[in-house]
Amino acid sequence: MSSSLKPEESVKQTLEPPKSTLGINGWLKKNLFNSFFNSILTVVSVLVIYFILKGSITWVFTTAQWAVVTENYRLFMVGQYTIDQLWRVWTCLGFVSLLFGLSAGIWKGTIRNLSIVLMLLYLVHTIVPFVSSTGKMWLAINIAIILAGYFIGPRLPKSKAITLVGWFISFPLIIFLLNGFGVFSPVKTNIWGGLLLTLLISVVAILGSFPIGILLALGRTSKLPIIKYFCITYIEIIRGIPLITVFFMAQIMIPLFLPEGFEINNVIRVMIGATLFTAAYMAENVRGGLQSLQRGQFEAAKAIGLNPVHSMAFIIMPQALRAVIPAIVGQSISMFKDTTLVAIVGLIDLLGIAQTVKANPEFLGRHMEVYVFIALVYWVIAYSMSYSSRRLEKSLGVGER
Amino acid sequence: MAQTKLQVTKAKEGEEIIACDKVNKWFGSLHVLKDVSLSVTKGEVVVILGPSGSGKSTFIRTINALEEIQKGQIHIDGINLSHDVKNIEAIRRETGMVFQQFNLFPHMTILKNITLAPIWVRKKPKAEAEKEAFELLERVGIPEQAHKYPGQLSGGQQQRVAIARALAMQPEIMLFDEPTSALDPEMIKEVLDVMKELARSGITMLVVTHEMGFAREVADRIVLFDEGEIIETGTPTELFDNPQHERTKLFLSQIL
Ligand SMILES: Nc1ncnc2c1ncn2[C@@H]1O[C@H](COP(=O)(O)OP(=O)(O)O)[C@@H](O)[C@H]1O
Ligand SMILES: [Mg+2]
Repeated sequence: MSSSLKPEESVKQTLEPPKSTLGINGWLKKNLFNSFFNSILTVVSVLVIYFILKGSITWVFTTAQWAVVTENYRLFMVGQYTIDQLWRVWTCLGFVSLLFGLSAGIWKGTIRNLSIVLMLLYLVHTIVPFVSSTGKMWLAINIAIILAGYFIGPRLPKSKAITLVGWFISFPLIIFLLNGFGVFSPVKTNIWGGLLLTLLISVVAILGSFPIGILLALGRTSKLPIIKYFCITYIEIIRGIPLITVFFMAQIMIPLFLPEGFEINNVIRVMIGATLFTAAYMAENVRGGLQSLQRGQFEAAKAIGLNPVHSMAFIIMPQALRAVIPAIVGQSISMFKDTTLVAIVGLIDLLGIAQTVKANPEFLGRHMEVYVFIALVYWVIAYSMSYSSRRLEKSLGVGER
Repeated sequence: MAQTKLQVTKAKEGEEIIACDKVNKWFGSLHVLKDVSLSVTKGEVVVILGPSGSGKSTFIRTINALEEIQKGQIHIDGINLSHDVKNIEAIRRETGMVFQQFNLFPHMTILKNITLAPIWVRKKPKAEAEKEAFELLERVGIPEQAHKYPGQLSGGQQQRVAIARALAMQPEIMLFDEPTSALDPEMIKEVLDVMKELARSGITMLVVTHEMGFAREVADRIVLFDEGEIIETGTPTELFDNPQHERTKLFLSQIL
């Protein structure tokens, strides 16, 4: 090395952090045994963890009898959905897989990780013995679809637009396929069940509450007193009553508003109830986002000549919603979990299936297995949502300006 | 939609472009503008001085209807600034505004900040809007920042982007509300330089500022505000070297 350093080299040298000199022993000492009191804590924690793990593992692998789950697996997934029409559910799943694959190929990042998780779930199901061979075939097809989407996605012309449109029409398409609406043999909503029903209700509630929540939040800030007080009253009433009440009221009251002879079935009523309920909370989240904006943003938007609609769409909402992503996702997760309450008004969602299954004399006393299983299902989905939200916050730079 | 578009009879050089007649404004019971009358001709650069809290910002914000007035009349380019939404939108298209706090849109790149209104309000094709945006960035001296976000720029650069954004609508009038007051001292000059260049280009400007050097050098006319009233108006020489009013003398003695 020459003795005369160039300026940038010397800068680099002064900025170099000191190398960590800790070995394993050093790390243990620093993080676990750095004081007498902390050493005791460490030992106690290790013991507690050991006993919990030992107990759980023993239970899962020796005591528990999983037949109650494996033999009712189809029930847990789709409820009483007509067996010879199950291909329609599979087709819906295939469409969703395709969208996941395409999105993963185009946008990478979070959605790719989610697709990988989805594929692993499929893969696990193709290996376990209790899934029927037809099911395994469909799962294999779904894996292939994800992979195909992943590779085709980036190479397709206009891929982003196509994929977005695909997501947009996916929901009506799924409802159409599942119900049949005269084109296919009808499968009444009252026999939709299990995870399928749970997911449908949550997705409707979450997606539907979004636009309604935004409108309510804007209405609440309106200068027109009628609109303003209507929105405030609505939001405050809904937030003051429990979801289960809303479900009961949806059962009894929605029919009262309908013309004679016109009937809405149970599932749709519950979906309406869940959507209207979630919308009130969404409205408050959005309002929080609106309040986090500086007045200058509204004024700058006006000053450059944007009309109120453009200013909302381009300036205000993107910033307001971005600021409250954590709250919105939190709300979505809790809605997803709260769908379990529909079991009380007679729908057989995942929890409803659990109730019927454990009442079956053949599986008497096996309720522990059932609850552990559905808890796992809820956890996988809820955790995926919160994981995506954290990634999304990071990539959008929430909290940094 | 063609027939709903307002016919703007553009003022020519030297004709009246802003006409404020006995403008009054209250915030609750606080009387912030008291019978303010001001006439500005096209191409004129008017600097508004006055102690803080005297109503300068409020006044300049009434001109593009960011503040409603309760009494009096404002005409911009012949358009009556009334409660009519159509009129207000027409006037906002004709006036650009630069704020003390820049107010750039933090979630958009510099380029999108500038092209948004031309594309959605003026209905320009994207390519054309972007080409003009680059020309404007060139003009304010920061063409290399187009794809960055506002948060990545210094205060002086952000304020120059804000000027470019306002200019992108090709306004007849530019309003500046203390454009350098939030800047670190070393960045004030770069913004003032851009404003000087603008003033020379012949655009009508209304500038609230505490930069006396700028006022003396660039202003065609200076307006002095105090307690919601116009105390005195005149050319820089008249006002700085031979102030008529006691309150003008007091203000100048405090600030110089
Ligand atoms: N939105 C508002 N609501 C109530 N009072 C206001 C508002 N904006 C300004 N004011 C008051 O009006 C007066 C004039 O303010 P402003 O126009 O900002 O003065 P300047 O710009 O000359 O400092 C001040 O007394 C200020 O407190
Ligand atoms: Mg001010």
